[in-house]
Amino acid sequence: MVGVGMTKIDRHYDKDMRSLAAEAALKALDDTKGADPKAVVVGNMMSSSLYQQDSLGALVADAIGLRGRGALKVEASCGSGGHAVAVGYSLVASGLYDQVMVVGIEKMCDYPTSVVTAGLAQAADAEYEVVYGASFAALNALVMRLYMSRYGAKRESIALWPVMMHENAVHNPYAQLRFRVTVEAVLRSPVIADPIRLLDAAPIGDGAAALILASEEVARKLSDAPVLIAGVGMGSDALDLASRQDLLDPISIRYAAKQAYAMAGIEPRNVDVAEIHDAFSITALLSIEGLGFAEPGKSWKELEEGRYRPGDKPSLNPSGGLKARGHPVGATGVYQVAEIAMQLRGDFPGIKCGGEIGLAMNTGGVATLTTVIVLRR
Amino acid sequence: MRMSPARVWRARGSRYRLEASRCKDCGRTVYPPRPVCPYCRSRNVEIVELPRKGRVVTWTVQYTVPHGYRSKAPLILAIVELENGTRVFSELVDVEPEEIREGMEVEAVLRKVYEDGDEGVIVYATKFRPIKTG
Repeated sequence: MVGVGMTKIDRHYDKDMRSLAAEAALKALDDTKGADPKAVVVGNMMSSSLYQQDSLGALVADAIGLRGRGALKVEASCGSGGHAVAVGYSLVASGLYDQVMVVGIEKMCDYPTSVVTAGLAQAADAEYEVVYGASFAALNALVMRLYMSRYGAKRESIALWPVMMHENAVHNPYAQLRFRVTVEAVLRSPVIADPIRLLDAAPIGDGAAALILASEEVARKLSDAPVLIAGVGMGSDALDLASRQDLLDPISIRYAAKQAYAMAGIEPRNVDVAEIHDAFSITALLSIEGLGFAEPGKSWKELEEGRYRPGDKPSLNPSGGLKARGHPVGATGVYQVAEIAMQLRGDFPGIKCGGEIGLAMNTGGVATLTTVIVLRR
Repeated sequence: MRMSPARVWRARGSRYRLEASRCKDCGRTVYPPRPVCPYCRSRNVEIVELPRKGRVVTWTVQYTVPHGYRSKAPLILAIVELENGTRVFSELVDVEPEEIREGMEVEAVLRKVYEDGDEGVIVYATKFRPIKTG
């Protein structure tokens, strides 16, 4: 990885997809010594459902002056960004191209919440879940209630996650929600889908992030501090929740992590800093357990013990995570990889964790489509 | 959701009669039906009707609803484990949120789930209601 760029996550009413994507992509180009990407991979979820816009690869490539180069969109709902990075990586690793641009872009703020909720629900099973009116929050709420019941997890302990995320985001200039919250505020916030409350959920926001990937030989020419993509893994689970063997066993995360760890030759305990998927507080718990940072059913206990703060190993979501950095769905996975690259380079503009080995985990649906990407300095 | 008559017609077995696929090799049943058994990858599957009684495994009361469902908010959605162990996702009806308990016994009923505008297709599907005792 030779260049990264991102925009602040916000309500960008003044910017369309072209200008928002270009802002991040041009920053990434300027972060290199004259990169010339031969293809563009775009991570995005809702351009089709909200903007009636497909062919997004062409829209982005043309907007950043790369007309003529190969371009495509990768969709894996909220995991689109991570999957776009995996595709971009494979285009370079296969030898097809020596330089590839990956851009994550999502605009969500132009429509009322009920319309965005319907768009996000398309991550779930249309025929057997969404037809009942199920929202994405409701499906996660089913998992959260089961988690609390099986493991005896306390509601106030789970609320420690959003509190930590908001604390971290205060320092991140790119974050959407730069204010602190308390456990009491989380427990008093409005119920979206019981037991999930507003402050358990990632906000709706617009954002774009970009990376430039290059083969090892070219990377040394384009950057003084290239970051190595040491491991890549992908995994899936049943589209619908009811047919899963165990709702609390996130197999897509476990499969993706196993591949990425094996490829990088590391174990979970070697990870210094990670950006993990926490669209809801319950998602954070399953991500921590699926990645092997905690035993199944134990992550909420680790939160009680103050784990995962900046300086811990691993430090989790120094950006503020989806919860407070923000979650422009199809762009999130690209933000995470860019943030981890900056952590390893030492130039992340928020809380710096440093370290040698970083990890980014992004998932779409209720841990339905997952990528795990391991980075090394 | 945009619904077409053919789309609704295709799902009549699974939505109205709770048809699932049973694997003739490993014996497990999964809903909705699939061409290949997700547990053992066998293609040797048959369509069976599921039992119409079960227990609530987990549930939620959903206040923020998608476009088109506003008149039905809040929705009570649940995963129900049927008498043969197969789990289905559905809506709970004829019950107040505070009455629901894990393990509560419920039975299947056919109800309307969605109207596609004033003149579009009306979608019906199986929902669950508490079994009244005594």
